[in-house]
Amino acid sequence: MNSDFLLQIKELKASIDNKEILKGLNLEVRPGEIHAIMGPNGSGKSTLANVLTGRDIATVTHGSVSFEGKDLLEMSPEERAREGIFLSFQYPIEIPGVSMVNFMKTAINEQRKHRGLEPLSASEFLRQMREKKELVEIDSALTNRSVNEGFSGGEKKKNEIFQMAMLEPRLALLDETDSGLDIDALRIVANGVNKTRRPGTSVIVITHYQRLLDYIVPDYVHVLYDGRIVRSGGPELALKLEERGYDWIRKKADVSEETWTTDRK
Amino acid sequence: MENDQDKVLNEVTSGEYKYGFVTEIETDVIPKGLSEDIVRLISAKKEEPEWMLEFRLKAFRHWQTMKMPAWANLKIPEIPYQDIIFYAAPKQKPAPGSLSEVDPELLKTFDKLGIPLGEQKRLTGVAVDAVMDSISVKTTFRETLAEMGIIFCSFSEAVREHPSLVQKYLASVVPYTDNFFATLNSAVFSDGSFCYIPKGVRCPMELSTYFRINASNTGQFERTLLIADEEAYVSYLEGCTAPMRDEHQLHAAVVEIIAERGAEVKYSTVQNWYPGDKEGRGGIFNFVTKRGICKGDDSKISWTQVETGSAITWKYPSCILRGNNSTGEFYSVAVTNNYQQADTGTKMIHIGKNTKSTIVSKGISAGFGQNSYRGLVKVMGKAEGARNFSQCDSLLLGDKCGAHTFPYIEVDNPTAIVEHEATTSRIGEDQIFYCNQRGISTEDAIGLIVNGYAREVINKLPMEFAVEAQKLLQISLEGSVG
Ligand SMILES: Nc1ncnc2c1ncn2[C@@H]1O[C@H](COP(=O)(O)OP(=O)(O)OP(=O)(O)O)[C@@H](O)[C@H]1O
Ligand SMILES: [Mg+2]
Repeated sequence: MNSDFLLQIKELKASIDNKEILKGLNLEVRPGEIHAIMGPNGSGKSTLANVLTGRDIATVTHGSVSFEGKDLLEMSPEERAREGIFLSFQYPIEIPGVSMVNFMKTAINEQRKHRGLEPLSASEFLRQMREKKELVEIDSALTNRSVNEGFSGGEKKKNEIFQMAMLEPRLALLDETDSGLDIDALRIVANGVNKTRRPGTSVIVITHYQRLLDYIVPDYVHVLYDGRIVRSGGPELALKLEERGYDWIRKKADVSEETWTTDRK
Repeated sequence: MENDQDKVLNEVTSGEYKYGFVTEIETDVIPKGLSEDIVRLISAKKEEPEWMLEFRLKAFRHWQTMKMPAWANLKIPEIPYQDIIFYAAPKQKPAPGSLSEVDPELLKTFDKLGIPLGEQKRLTGVAVDAVMDSISVKTTFRETLAEMGIIFCSFSEAVREHPSLVQKYLASVVPYTDNFFATLNSAVFSDGSFCYIPKGVRCPMELSTYFRINASNTGQFERTLLIADEEAYVSYLEGCTAPMRDEHQLHAAVVEIIAERGAEVKYSTVQNWYPGDKEGRGGIFNFVTKRGICKGDDSKISWTQVETGSAITWKYPSCILRGNNSTGEFYSVAVTNNYQQADTGTKMIHIGKNTKSTIVSKGISAGFGQNSYRGLVKVMGKAEGARNFSQCDSLLLGDKCGAHTFPYIEVDNPTAIVEHEATTSRIGEDQIFYCNQRGISTEDAIGLIVNGYAREVINKLPMEFAVEAQKLLQISLEGSVG
């Protein structure tokens, strides 16, 4: 394993109900890098996020994933989270009866325990809540409610980034965090991501549109098509996709049997 | 996915019962079976006065004419009454006055259960009556309470020392003819707690009875009588556990509460009888009749129960709201996991004017558990301005369990307002995963969700016990996900 990489995905294949969705995917992410993954509906972007976070909807049939040199696929979902993988869900779920405060406190302290740290004191925890709330401009009325309960679509997305800010992950997967956000919220959320990133934090941004990438500027853009990364490039690739759609890639991909590997800069 | 679900469900069910040990102690048992002679023998063992024996015999004769009720949504195997031992008592001198007379084994047992009885160690602010099998082992803080005129002692002592109070109130709320199990209890009850709060006295500490079944093949039949005289206040808590045994054990209790004018009684239960193993072997059959009467105007009775144990629970703590402006409350969390069954709820009988009742019932089912809410709200013709609000929620974990609601509403006064709300929800795999993704384990995620769901009820418990109850909920659901 190359220790230069924070995340290294090799020849990853995964199926849902015996149908192969990821068909030999390769991706390498160094600390601090931002990667954008684009691709048509149903190409496997969320499935990749599920596989990386340990959601058992898809079964890995082949390949390996290492995170900071450790075998990620061996870990339970909560272990992966505690190791520093964070997913901003495409569809955040509501948990009635569980207050945001209680939820956040449990999550933070579990992660701290994993790192051998003492639980946060109540006052320090509340201070961090306040600070991070301001960062993503989320209303206290929301964080005083149950997790995502009755939140609007945009508020849920904001709440995901608020949680990211609180948990300070090593690798953040943002699955269509821009969908459902109005123009102001998009800017706030994207800036929130930028501001909360520590040096060395890597981000994988899954999106359909350039608008998010105007704020979160990627080092690399990859096209996921039919379970493989078929094209990689710099930020300009996203612009080209926005302009031309996926048709030109589709044509190329269909004629080629071999996997297109990441061409690194 | 199916497999994983099964795996997690399996984990739940392996959540262990932490109170399943047996105390090795010499026990005085009578021959098994039930007959008039047995009833006389129990009465003789307790050196009871004639009127008490007469009461028992009347009840026993009536019981012989009765049939086991079949209306509950429960599968109850036949109960072999002739194989049950109806009286078992740890051998010790009767009614120990000082701790040094209590068998050290018994003290150790209650220590292990978290109910220290020793002078230095005992819970502050809580007076405890500790009952093992058929008799009361020790009642703490008696003298302190007596200074305020509060009587808190075992039922047997009350029969000896306060016969007029017992005779006045015994069976005044639950008559000996009331129902199959109450009648059985009236015939064979062995011990329990008695409590009397005089006029105008606010009891300064929690009163509590801890019931422990220890002996095998025995039933426990305790009786509790709680009287709050005019303008009195008391908060009372009962807890219960039993060893793990392969055979079922019968527990049929009766609790009666009387609240005179302006009195308030808060009665809380944390029921954690042995629930049986994950195949449904063993466990307590818990058939309990609990009823209170708000006899005087402006009185209030509040039942709070956290029911996590027992193989079968059959229990409807009820309020008869006779006084004008009287209030009845019922707050319940009932958990059924593995093969546990619960049919529980309440009856609110509005007789007086402007009587109010509130019902909040939270059922939680996991494994193959079956959980039924059964509630009656009855407003009599003269109950001008009566109000009821009922909220019945069910939470399901997994897809092999069941939740059922049987609300009965009978209103004979047009000014009454009766509201009923019900919801059913399921802890989804996606909710659990969301928690996992933030670093929270599945067990803790269930704990968070269940405690959030039950908070409204848990908050009604006395502070000292709320935390315990919260932990208990989590333990009894350990591992279960849907
Ligand atoms: N739970 C599931 N059961 C069955 N099929 C699924 C499930 N989840 C995803 N799939 C299938 O897997 C394929 C990839 O889905 P995925 O959600 O990864 O796509 P996506 O690239 O994220 O699409 P979008 O841009 O619409 O979010 C699709 O064909 C989808 O129908
Ligand atoms: Mg998707």
